[in-house]
Amino acid sequence: MINRLKSVNKRIWLSGPYAVWVFGFTVIPLCMIIRAALTAREGGFTTGNIVAIFDPIHLKAMLFSLEIAAGCTVLCILLSYPLVLAMRQLNMGKKGFMMFVLILPMWMNFILRILAWQMILSNNGILNFLLRSAGLGELSVANTGAAIMIGVVYDYLPYMMLPIFNAVAEINEDLIEAARDLGANGFTVFCKVIFPLSIPGLLSGIVMVFVPSMTSFVISDILGGGKLQLIGNVIEQEFTKSMNQNLGSGLSVSLMIFVLISMAFTMKNDREGKRSAIW
Amino acid sequence: MNDVILQLDSVSKSFEGKVILNSLDLEIRRNEFITLLGPSGCGKTTTLRIIGGFEKPDEGRVLFEGTDITGFPPDKRNVNTVFQKYSLFPHMSVEENIAFGLKLKKKSGQYIKDKIGYALKLVNMDGYESRKPDSLSGGQQQRVAIARAIVNEPKVLLLDEPLGALDLKLRHEMQRELIKIKKEVGITFIYVTHDQEEALTMSDRIVVMNKGLVQQMGTSKSIYDEPQNAFVADFIGDSNIIDGIMKADRLVQIQGVPIPCVDTGFGKDELVDVVIRPEDLEITAPETGYLTGRVISVIFKGAYYEIKVRAGAYDWSIQDVNPAPVGSMVGLSILPDNIQIMHKPHSEDAQAVREEE
Amino acid sequence: MVRKVKSGNLFHGISGLKNLLSRCYIGLIVLFLYAPILVLIVLSFNRSRSRVTWGGFTLEWYGQLFSNRQIMDALVTTLVLAFLSALIATVIGVLAALGIHAMRQRNYQIMMIFTNIPILNADIVTGISLMLWFVHFMPLGFGSVLIAHITFNIPYVILSVMPKIRQMNVSLYEAARDLGANAVYGFFRVILPQLLSGIVSGFFMAFTMSMDDFVITYFTKGAGVSTLSTMIYGEIRKGIKPEMYALSTIIFVTMFLILLAVNYWPEKKPAVREEQRF
Repeated sequence: MINRLKSVNKRIWLSGPYAVWVFGFTVIPLCMIIRAALTAREGGFTTGNIVAIFDPIHLKAMLFSLEIAAGCTVLCILLSYPLVLAMRQLNMGKKGFMMFVLILPMWMNFILRILAWQMILSNNGILNFLLRSAGLGELSVANTGAAIMIGVVYDYLPYMMLPIFNAVAEINEDLIEAARDLGANGFTVFCKVIFPLSIPGLLSGIVMVFVPSMTSFVISDILGGGKLQLIGNVIEQEFTKSMNQNLGSGLSVSLMIFVLISMAFTMKNDREGKRSAIW
Repeated sequence: MNDVILQLDSVSKSFEGKVILNSLDLEIRRNEFITLLGPSGCGKTTTLRIIGGFEKPDEGRVLFEGTDITGFPPDKRNVNTVFQKYSLFPHMSVEENIAFGLKLKKKSGQYIKDKIGYALKLVNMDGYESRKPDSLSGGQQQRVAIARAIVNEPKVLLLDEPLGALDLKLRHEMQRELIKIKKEVGITFIYVTHDQEEALTMSDRIVVMNKGLVQQMGTSKSIYDEPQNAFVADFIGDSNIIDGIMKADRLVQIQGVPIPCVDTGFGKDELVDVVIRPEDLEITAPETGYLTGRVISVIFKGAYYEIKVRAGAYDWSIQDVNPAPVGSMVGLSILPDNIQIMHKPHSEDAQAVREEE
Repeated sequence: MVRKVKSGNLFHGISGLKNLLSRCYIGLIVLFLYAPILVLIVLSFNRSRSRVTWGGFTLEWYGQLFSNRQIMDALVTTLVLAFLSALIATVIGVLAALGIHAMRQRNYQIMMIFTNIPILNADIVTGISLMLWFVHFMPLGFGSVLIAHITFNIPYVILSVMPKIRQMNVSLYEAARDLGANAVYGFFRVILPQLLSGIVSGFFMAFTMSMDDFVITYFTKGAGVSTLSTMIYGEIRKGIKPEMYALSTIIFVTMFLILLAVNYWPEKKPAVREEQRF
């Protein structure tokens, strides 16, 4: 289908300011970070900063990041689908309510929210107080990978739920009735109709959750007790503590390369090429 | 009794306090093409959805070959539906769409393949196996939807305004094809439409519904020729509906003029509704007709002229192959046979007729 | 035609149980999302400066909040930054979306890839790369943070406006032109109203993202400026000032009331819900 307005080429010029902006503040900065990455601290060309990702200490942070990110993504997916189905079940398919519930927490500063989790999860925290009161013993999750995991899942869950919710909300009830009519029970309807049609949303969600959860240095700082380092922490410290901008840039670039590869992989599965809008 | 396949037994349904179906009784016979006809909001689609299992009636039962299936979910019923908006699964090819129901029934690969081939041939869509629904036109999508339903060999096929989204020419073509498919597969078709012409063309039997009540049930011809109330008369085809008074058996007074008719059994001086089809009125010289009036408009309709004649306070609609000059005085004449006399509504059922007007 | 079907009707016998389970699950998720917020609100009324002990109820922090120069400065900076960056991003983003939509398939895709970069890229990488570039031509400060926020906000605007453009009824614009409207008039009277809901949600998203951002601000802000986020980050080790809890509670409750008003008042009648259904 050719949109009639597409022939009005003049309209393309409306994106002029944006094109300038993209060039000035997306393309050039990316070139800058790549240049910094390829420059040795003392000057001169090197690939050492990028390859530095394979240093055992960096590699460890990278692998831990991957572990957290993968776990976070999977948990977010597992938490999102039941919610979306529950909303459908209760006929609460309205976007307004979902946006309301998921966006509102963002208006409480995110560092404060993570600090609140620290208070909830700490050994003398609220969770253990409740568990003790109920006579259920104690948990010690503070300063562990599990605490970081809870933090990242908490922070990024909305980014998974919203696109999946939007994709599922778009599914016409007729399709579900048609599947039922042809003999599918509730479970089959989910597997054969709802899930396949939610994949564009799922992919958006994965993109929105995986990368940020890998690099979120604040969450691991607060909930990991400063001992557990994500790749984000390593990069941050190169800039703010070790003052080795080139190494920090190099690690950033290798992170970017990794992200690009994994995104290319994700996008490849998105044959239609129309990732559903996030909001 | 033995040829009744599906029976609705005083089924009632309300949505948010609004009564949609009011104690509906309906018997559907094996292998008939039955059409539920009525304006939007008459309850026809709700009836179909109750049969399909998508809605649960508030009261009443649905019997399928004598078994009560009222509480059965859609996947446990031996009926399939062709939806108004096709409802093909967009992520599956034509072939996968058609195979959907068969795969759930765990049919063998060869069986499914044969069935798909047969069904696509039946709906004139062979060669489209691997196409995606969004690359098909509306008419093609509806053909696939029909194929997807009939491969499951339902005993009853429910069609919910399946041609509503198609243009006129395609609709006519699909009507003929549906009749052909119906003959070929030999199962019961329950068809829902608001298009009276479609209903008259295709159905063995028509159920005219309004306000959740059955207004009339019968063959196309009986419904067209002998509408039982003003609603049916008005809804099926064009009609002149006017108040009359029965002066005696076989004599009705319209606009103060006694006119012979064939109806008997009404009370003397009973107020009645009189229905006269536009094609049954004849334009004559002013002095020879029962009624006289002035021609107020003439519109050429192709096969005939539609003429409006104002007589007293009523504008008569007449279809005639010859035009009459606008502004001229003419007479209107009619054969006794072509006058249809109906009781004025007094029961609750008939009240629905009044409200509609 | 709106087809709104009670899906509960599909599951006759056990729908009651399913509804109950659904409610419980939604309740648990909401609890998960709001538990820390509850903790923070409680802390804002805690007389004790310590985070772990309850020292009794007080409104003291709310009183002191407004005389705390540092916090008020950071609040103003944060709000001005969020408003300006959202506004500028909305203007650039809406125009960009209209332009990109008119492009051929290939250019369209290229532009959308660029649009996705700030979303796909880790915040830390975006922040660092902008900082490395800014130091070449401008001092780090409010201006650099503003540019950085605009940069990551534009994609949210484009992504929320683009679907509305795709749904837009082009013939309305052509009709307006046909009736004698010039391009500018047609744009403001016909195109913009059709995109309004997307523009509003884009602006709102941009505002929210800007308010909530820490990482990119942290790398691009330089010494002089601080937003609420960077201020809180600086206080983590020393301990958060209780006034900050009070301020966050005020912001949160305000937004809660605003969103509540927007979503549920005036009560939108479910106009075409069941009527079309029979």
